[in-house]
Amino acid sequence: MSLEPATIRRIAALARLRVEDAELPVLAAELNGILGWIEQLNEVNVDGIEPLTGAAQMALKMREDVVTDGGYPDKVLANAPERAGDFYAVPKVVE
Amino acid sequence: MAGSSTAISLTDLTIAAARDGLRARHFTARELTEAHLAAIARLNPRLNAFITVTGDRALTQADAADTALSRGDFAPLTGIPLAIKDLFCTEGVRTTAGSHILSPFVPPYESTVSANLLRDGAIFVGKTNMDEFAMGSSNMTSAFGPVVNPWKRRQDADAVLVPGGSSGGSASAVSARLAMGATGTDTGGSIRQPAAFCGIVGMKPTYGRCSRWGVVAFASSLDHPGPFARTTEDCAILLGSMAGHDPKDSTSADLPVADYAAACGRGVKGMRIGVPREYRVDGMQGEIETLWQQGLAWLRDAGAEIVDISLPHTKYALPAYYIVAPAEASSNLARYDGVRFGLRENGTDLRDLYERTRAAGFGAEVRRRILIGTYVLSAGYYDAYYLRAQKVRALILRDFTDAFAQVDALVAPTAPSAAFAQGENMDDPVQMYLNDVFTGPADLAGVPAISVPAGLDANGLPLGLQVIGKPFDEATVFAVGAALERAAGFDALPQIRAGA
Repeated sequence: MSLEPATIRRIAALARLRVEDAELPVLAAELNGILGWIEQLNEVNVDGIEPLTGAAQMALKMREDVVTDGGYPDKVLANAPERAGDFYAVPKVVE
Repeated sequence: MAGSSTAISLTDLTIAAARDGLRARHFTARELTEAHLAAIARLNPRLNAFITVTGDRALTQADAADTALSRGDFAPLTGIPLAIKDLFCTEGVRTTAGSHILSPFVPPYESTVSANLLRDGAIFVGKTNMDEFAMGSSNMTSAFGPVVNPWKRRQDADAVLVPGGSSGGSASAVSARLAMGATGTDTGGSIRQPAAFCGIVGMKPTYGRCSRWGVVAFASSLDHPGPFARTTEDCAILLGSMAGHDPKDSTSADLPVADYAAACGRGVKGMRIGVPREYRVDGMQGEIETLWQQGLAWLRDAGAEIVDISLPHTKYALPAYYIVAPAEASSNLARYDGVRFGLRENGTDLRDLYERTRAAGFGAEVRRRILIGTYVLSAGYYDAYYLRAQKVRALILRDFTDAFAQVDALVAPTAPSAAFAQGENMDDPVQMYLNDVFTGPADLAGVPAISVPAGLDANGLPLGLQVIGKPFDEATVFAVGAALERAAGFDALPQIRAGA
C-alpha cells in the first residue's frame, strides 16, 4: 500500500496540520518507507488473538462520580494565548 | 565543608553516600546544591542537557532541607539535587516537552511523580532537554537543540556523540555529574537506551507503578516514568519515592511498593536467568555479543542458572510499536490547537488557526508520527493496521508470560550499538527507529526493565546490559541488575564531567 499525495493531504486535513505542496514529495517518501517496513506484520498469524489495548494488566479502578476539583478559572486560563473574561477567545466562528 | 568529605568531590557522590553525608552534617544541602549548580553553569553550555535551570528555587529548597536536617528530620531524599525531564509538569516552572508548541507553557500544577520526590525532600536543579514529545532516540528532534553525550570516542575525539533519547538531557546531566539523579520516561526505550549510551543506570518500572498524572502524554498505554542515577541502588532509592498508587491516574497500580534498595543486595543465587535467542540481530556490534556472554558468565559465577529461551515475536515489536505509539500520539496531541495553552499562530478562521498553529509548533518527527497515527486510525485502515498491531502486541505479551513461567528474569543487551554521532542514522526514519529493537518489547508488554553499564567498546564508549523482569517484580530486576553491576565494576568516567 502506498500513500499518494492526495491521501497525505486528506490525512493532514483530518489531523489539522497545514502541509505545503512543496513538502508532499518528501513526506510521501518518508511515510511510505515507514508503512512499507510496518507491512511485515502481515506475516504474523493473529487468528483468534484478542487485541491488547494496554499494558495495565488489571481492572481499571472506579471512583465516586462526584466533583473533586475546580473553581479556579484564573489558574485554568493562565496559559490561554487569548482570553475574554473567563473564556478562551478564538477568531469569530459564527457570523 | 568539613572532615572526610573533602577527599571526594561532592558532585561525584552517589545519592546513598550524599544522604549519609548530609545526615552526618559533613556538608550542607546548600553546599551540595551549589556544587551541582556550578557544574551546570560550567558545562551546560557544552552539553545543552537543561532547557531550564532553576537555581534560585533549588537554593531555597536546599535551605529548607538544611533546616529540616538540623532538626533531625530526614525524608528519603532530603537535600538531594535532581534533574526533571521537561515532560513532567512542574508548578510555576515552564514545561516544554522539548516542543516549540509548548514553549510558553507554565503548568499551574505539579506532576504526581515530581510531587512525590518533593514530598521526600528532593531539590530540583532544572528541567532537562529531550526529543520533542519524547519522540526520538538521539535527542536530535528537540526544539531546543540537540543534547551532547559527555563521552568521547577514543579514536575520533572530535565527533560529537548523541546521548540517546528521548530522555537524553537527563542521561547526559547525570553522567556528567550535573545532578545526582533524574526522572525520565520510557515509551519505546527512552530511559534505557540513553542510560546505556551515557554509561549510567536507567530503570523502567512496570506499567502502572509510577503515575502518569501530570506527565505530558505521548502514547498513554506505553508511557512509563522512571529514574536515572549512577548506581543501581540510587535508582532503587529514587523509584521508591516516585512509585505508588495515584487515584488521579486510572491505570496506576494499587499495589505495595517493595524496598527496592534492599533488593539490590539480594544476589542471584538459585535464580533462573533467561537468554532470549531472538535478541541477536544482524549488524549488532561484536563487542555487545561478547559483553552479553560475559554478563551471563558473571551471573553463573554468582550462582544463577542460565537458560536459553525464545521470545518468538520479538522482530514484530517495533513495527507494532510504530502503529500503536503514533496512533495514541495523534489522539493525545490533538489538544495542541492554539486555543487553551501553548503556541498560537493566527489564521483566517478557527480551522486555519488550528492548522497553522500545529504546522508551526510541531517539528518534522512529530508531524510524521501524527500523520502515520491519523492514517492507521482512519476509516478503512483501522483493522488492517491498528487492530492487527494490537493483536501482535498481545502475542508479544504472551511471549514474555511464557518465558516468565520458566525463568525469574531475562538478560540481554540494551541497544544494538554504542552512542553514535550527531547526524548519523538521520537519513531514514526507520534506521533511527531500530535503535529501540531490544527495548520496545518490554514497553509493549509493560514489564519492568533496567539498563546497567557493564563495559566499554573498542572506542572507549559505554555499553549497557538490560535485565527484564515479571510484572511488578522490580525487586528481582534490581537484584539481578546490582549483581551485574558488582561483577562489572564499571568505573570508567566520561570525558566531560564536573571536576574533570
